[in-house]
Amino acid sequence: MTLQEQQGEAELIAAILAGETQLYHDLIRPYERPVYLLALSYMKNETDAEDVTQEAFLKAFRHLSSFRADAKFSTWLISIALNEARGRLRRQTAARTESLDKDPDEEGAVSPALLRDWREIPSEAVERGEIRDLLRKAVETLPEIYREVFLLRDVEELNINETAEALNISVSAVKVRLHRARLMLQKYLAPQLKSVTKPKRRWFAWS
Amino acid sequence: MVIECKHVWTYISDYLDGTLSEEIRVTVQKHLEHCELCSAILDSTRNILVLTADDRVFELPVGFSERLHQRLEEELKQKKGS
Ligand SMILES: [Zn+2]
Repeated sequence: MTLQEQQGEAELIAAILAGETQLYHDLIRPYERPVYLLALSYMKNETDAEDVTQEAFLKAFRHLSSFRADAKFSTWLISIALNEARGRLRRQTAARTESLDKDPDEEGAVSPALLRDWREIPSEAVERGEIRDLLRKAVETLPEIYREVFLLRDVEELNINETAEALNISVSAVKVRLHRARLMLQKYLAPQLKSVTKPKRRWFAWS
Repeated sequence: MVIECKHVWTYISDYLDGTLSEEIRVTVQKHLEHCELCSAILDSTRNILVLTADDRVFELPVGFSERLHQRLEEELKQKKGS
């Protein structure tokens, strides 16, 4: 985001707080997608993710006056959405227990899938539903702490500091988790993408 | 300086982000020039990141935006009326 855009955002917020509430529609438009994706990565289904997104934007509106002008609106908004998603998940799976005694950032190294060559898969391949499903599935199967970092950093292109701030974790934790997420995706996806995009041999065309 | 493949893998993410120190970057670069294994791992990782970041992979549900702004509108009106 440019400085100009950031200033524009600060002015929008000031105007909304001064009573021009209609401007809230414009303020949040750039964040609909990132907030939804984050919610989806927690909730794992579109209906709940949409609900969480709506709630998060409503909460952000109701609490807009508590937003500090020196913070970034995007990271503030994302942390509201995260709280909303986590809270709802906790209510849904009250009985679920998670082991809290190990620090996930201390786990061993992730090894990549070993390949001798890689044939570049062009972006047009994403047009194929089969490839899209494969990619989505891969991201969905990442453990939560890796998935959230990956989505914010690599899909929504927040920078490392913004990602750290939004998730309330350290910059070094962002780097470690991002690295693991990327290697996990490579490990999971490289062999599958390779076989799915392999030129089909004519005599298998009927299969 | 010569490094092992396993070592190179730990630098992949920083290499792609361009955040390695100059010394390590050069070492990794040299290794990549003669190691087809690490080159393929790096290329596939880079390729996979481009594909997963494609907007078409994660799409908003149909009517998502309309429903969101409709719900907000109700809230905004209430606020005005109060
Ligand atoms: Zn190597």
